[in-house]
Formats: sequence, C-alpha cells, structure tokens
Amino acid sequence: MSEAMIQTRPLKLVYFAWVRERIGLAEETVTPPAEARTVAELVRWLKSRDEGYAAAFADEAIVRAAIDHTHVKPDASIAEAHEIAFFPPMTGG
Amino acid sequence: MTPTIRIQREDFDLSAEVERLTAARSHIGAVVSFTGLCRDEGGRLQALELEHYPGMAEAEIGRVAQAALERWPLSGLTAIHRFGLVRPGEQIVLVVATSAHRRAAFEAADFMMDYLKTRAPFWKREHLLDGTVGGWVEARQEDDDAASRWG
Repeated sequence: MSEAMIQTRPLKLVYFAWVRERIGLAEETVTPPAEARTVAELVRWLKSRDEGYAAAFADEAIVRAAIDHTHVKPDASIAEAHEIAFFPPMTGG
Repeated sequence: MTPTIRIQREDFDLSAEVERLTAARSHIGAVVSFTGLCRDEGGRLQALELEHYPGMAEAEIGRVAQAALERWPLSGLTAIHRFGLVRPGEQIVLVVATSAHRRAAFEAADFMMDYLKTRAPFWKREHLLDGTVGGWVEARQEDDDAASRWG
C-alpha cells in the first residue's frame, strides 16, 4: 500500500467490562490519525483523549484487543479493521 | 461434523443435549460432559452477572471447537455458555463431547473448557447478598496455565 492510500477513516470501537466502565461508553465511532497504524498506536492515541481512556489503558499489558472478532496482539495492523474491541482478560466458563 | 455452539440467556438441559448427540448413533462409545455451576462463594453471592461480546463469543468458541475436532476423533461436540444474571446453584456452561472411545471424549471436553475460560469473551461480575454490585472477577493464572499445557 502506498502512503497516499493510507487515509483516516471511521472505525468502530467496542468496550467491555471494566474497560467499558472506565471509558464510560459501550461503543463509539472514531477517526484515528493516520499515524495510528497498530493496535498499540491506537491505544496511545486514545489515552491522549481524556482521563477515562487513560484509566482504562493505564496498564496496557493487561487490556486485550480483538479485530473483527479475532484476538490480536498490540502490534497487529488496524489497516483492514472494521471493529476493534478492548476488554479485560476473560473470566467465562 | 459441525459442532453446536450456543450463547444464550436461558438455562440448558444436559440430558436433552446428550440425547441430541447420541440419538441413532450406535458407533458412539463415550459421552463426556462438563457442567459449570455458579458458586455462592461462602454465602456472599446473590448472583453472577455475565457480560459477553456478541458475535465474537460464538466465533471464538467455534474456533476452539474446530481445534478440538482437528485434534481428537470426535463424533459430536456441543458447547453452551449463558450470559446475563446467573444465581448460585444454576448452570453457566456446558460442554459435551462424544467419541468411539473415552480418552478422546475426556480430553476434548477438558481442552474445550480450558480454552473457553481463557479465550471466549465473557466477563463475570459479582452481585452480593447485601444488594451491592461487587467487582469484576479477576482472571486466574492457573486458568492460563491449564490452557498452556495443551501446547
């Protein structure tokens, strides 16, 4: 992909459990800056937005992410993502 | 064989689910089921609230089930996980695995539960007997350790 093709575009974010409570939203649509190319870079941008995000992502190592319903690592590209979810470690079963 | 995956608010019936997998299949020699119940945590708990990620919950349990099917010669596989408020003594989760022989069914059910606990997007929160909403249940290291033993 050429640099010219990297555009900012709306992205749906969904939050669960205490991540949702700290941010104060269950979901939202955001337009991250073009520099946010990975999940970790998206998190860095979100943390700069307000204290709710900063509290939710205070310990970045603990918050998990999924792109389009699949677990991903922080270095995953968000280029093809439609929906990105952030949530605590899972406690089902 | 297509596994049955259900994410639902309502309760489930173990014997009906076993019957569904074993009816008219006389080659099955083993049925192993696991049912997870809500504990009262020493009398403190009024209910557990189970939050989930609709869509991903089905998808992720489906991926775990597919991995089980590739690993063991199963005849049938069912996983049901409830969401919403579940009270002490009530059922939360069910896994049923059927196979010609017991080892595959035992191991597949065990594997399903280990991965379901650490990968399926569900989160538990405690509602206490005194009416307050307690904290989110923390993930346990021993659950991660249990999942990692499958390699």
